[in-house]
Amino acid sequence: MDRSAPQDPRFQESPTYAKAIEEPQLLLTRASDTLLTSRLLQPIWQGGWTWRLALLGTGGGALFFFAVLLYTAVTGIGVWGNNIPVAWGFAITNFVWWIGIGHAGTFISAVLLLFEQQWRNSINRLAEAMTLFAIINAAVFPVIHLGRPWYAYWIFPYPSTMKVWPNFKGALPWDAAAISTYFTVSLVFWYIGLLPDLASARDTAPTLAKRRIYGVFALGWRGSARSWKHWQMTYLLLGGLATPLVLSVHSVVSLDFAITQLPGWHSTIFPPYFVAGAVYSGFAMVLTLMLPIRALYGVKDVITTRHLDAMAKLILVTGSIVYYTYAIETFLAWYSGNEYEMAMLLRLRLAGPYAWAVWLTFGINFIAPNLMWFKKVRYSPVLLWIVSVFINIAMWFERFFIIVTSTAQDFLPSSWHLYKPTYVDGAIFLGTFFLFAFLFLLFIRFIPFISISETKELRHTLQAEEERLGRR
Amino acid sequence: MNRGLVGSFASPEALVEAILALRAAGFRSLDAYIPYPAHEVIDALDLPRSRVPFYALGGGIFGAGYAYLIQWWMNGFDYALNVGGRPLGSVPAFIPPTFEGAVLLTAFGAVAAFLGFSKLPRLWAPVADAPGFERASVDRFFVALDATDPAWDPDKARAILLDHGAEDVSLFGQPAGVAREEAT
Repeated sequence: MDRSAPQDPRFQESPTYAKAIEEPQLLLTRASDTLLTSRLLQPIWQGGWTWRLALLGTGGGALFFFAVLLYTAVTGIGVWGNNIPVAWGFAITNFVWWIGIGHAGTFISAVLLLFEQQWRNSINRLAEAMTLFAIINAAVFPVIHLGRPWYAYWIFPYPSTMKVWPNFKGALPWDAAAISTYFTVSLVFWYIGLLPDLASARDTAPTLAKRRIYGVFALGWRGSARSWKHWQMTYLLLGGLATPLVLSVHSVVSLDFAITQLPGWHSTIFPPYFVAGAVYSGFAMVLTLMLPIRALYGVKDVITTRHLDAMAKLILVTGSIVYYTYAIETFLAWYSGNEYEMAMLLRLRLAGPYAWAVWLTFGINFIAPNLMWFKKVRYSPVLLWIVSVFINIAMWFERFFIIVTSTAQDFLPSSWHLYKPTYVDGAIFLGTFFLFAFLFLLFIRFIPFISISETKELRHTLQAEEERLGRR
Repeated sequence: MNRGLVGSFASPEALVEAILALRAAGFRSLDAYIPYPAHEVIDALDLPRSRVPFYALGGGIFGAGYAYLIQWWMNGFDYALNVGGRPLGSVPAFIPPTFEGAVLLTAFGAVAAFLGFSKLPRLWAPVADAPGFERASVDRFFVALDATDPAWDPDKARAILLDHGAEDVSLFGQPAGVAREEAT
């Protein structure tokens, strides 16, 4: 770092400039629009046998996932480890975990859009694709957990001959409303953002068939200034709409727990606690996915150290909220003076049969965010990747212990029964990863996974600023 | 824009100069075709504010009202559910779906208005036939003058565009032979 920098006259002119050159840059390349477009579209024009092999493998895994789901649906959920009193088990743990992961994608594309954080532009497409696929995985679980998944549509208020309506005073219709809205708005937001890039793909397609397919999906986008003006407004509005969704979806999920009377669940801290945990685990998953893709596709000059640094800092913030909540939740159990609350949070969780999962979660979720204080960790893709995988694991165990401890041992010791998953539970959980990877592989092959128009806009803005300040 | 004159430029800065010159010469029915929303180009055209938010607001109000009223009617009247003696119309319990309904229909309103105002989907447009126009989504910046402009004068506009460094100027929305002839 140039220590004489503060004397530089440019610092007086632009304080943001001083900050900008202190930190790693957002975009390392200043290649022309032509080069940027062809480079970022490259992955969708060339396949390669490694991609095919990976698709085949994960596609097989996805079929295996459907087979296990079918087996469960046909046989009944008795093949799972859950029973009374632990009626939720793996299914709802996986549901909460996957839906939580989705939140980082929405956070990146919506919240950071409203706060005009330019670093979102090169990673929002990828993060939001992750959101969509995570919601698909999550949505499988409440449906299959019904036991008779073919009646899942009963949750929606449709006029039926039975003259029965859903009970909106329960959390299940809230969940259905929240998740279907979340998926639809995320999909629309993602697609509207995609239009200009689909048009670029249409206009540079190597074959007529590809030109027509991308042309249909681009809806005839020509980049008219009038359209851009409406596009910007729509994009901003959708960002503004998705922002409360980041907060509301996991709040609604947490209400599934909080509106019950169970010790360890019946708590007003749950909505913020779940939202922070969701964004935290989601950022970890974005890192887990993005770091290998960034290396494999050689886009380190578009997704730079600056992006890693910013995401690591958000992990630090949200992770700190999470372990702070662990402390407050435990303290409030003692402070409440309620004997069931105290027995659950102080004895059965911290020293009960599932204490290993609790302490694993507490340990990792305390250490992992605090590692992000160190620049060495924030700037190192390898260290970040390892930490992110640990966070994913810890966040799964967090949902696991919340669900299992509170239900396995509640008010009446005579009905206590410990939970043990079966191999079908494990196979379904494993299967979700295959489906996720399969969808993700299709995504990076057929859709430009870095927003091209936004990258070009960013390059233009940076270059204009540099020229203004007499650099280069 | 079905018929008019279109000129291409290598940079948004050059395009802005040309747009300002065209406007100074009295042309008003202008549009630009650009690969990314360069704000200086959009500002130079002096376009009216987007009215997408009104439709979004309309969608939101409808969505919230609809979601609340169907719950109130379903659980309060048509299939009155007494859950533990709680009131039939429990306002707090109806809030989460009401919120989701508002968000969903606001998004639909915004997207429908966006598609309507941008006249999408429209897979083909006359301007797309201008030579080299496929680069409007890649690396070229186009300005188009509509033939319905009261001050329509293709020769004058062409001179202004070429004067400001246009790489290529051509007419569009003409029968193919005419366009080729005039473009030379």
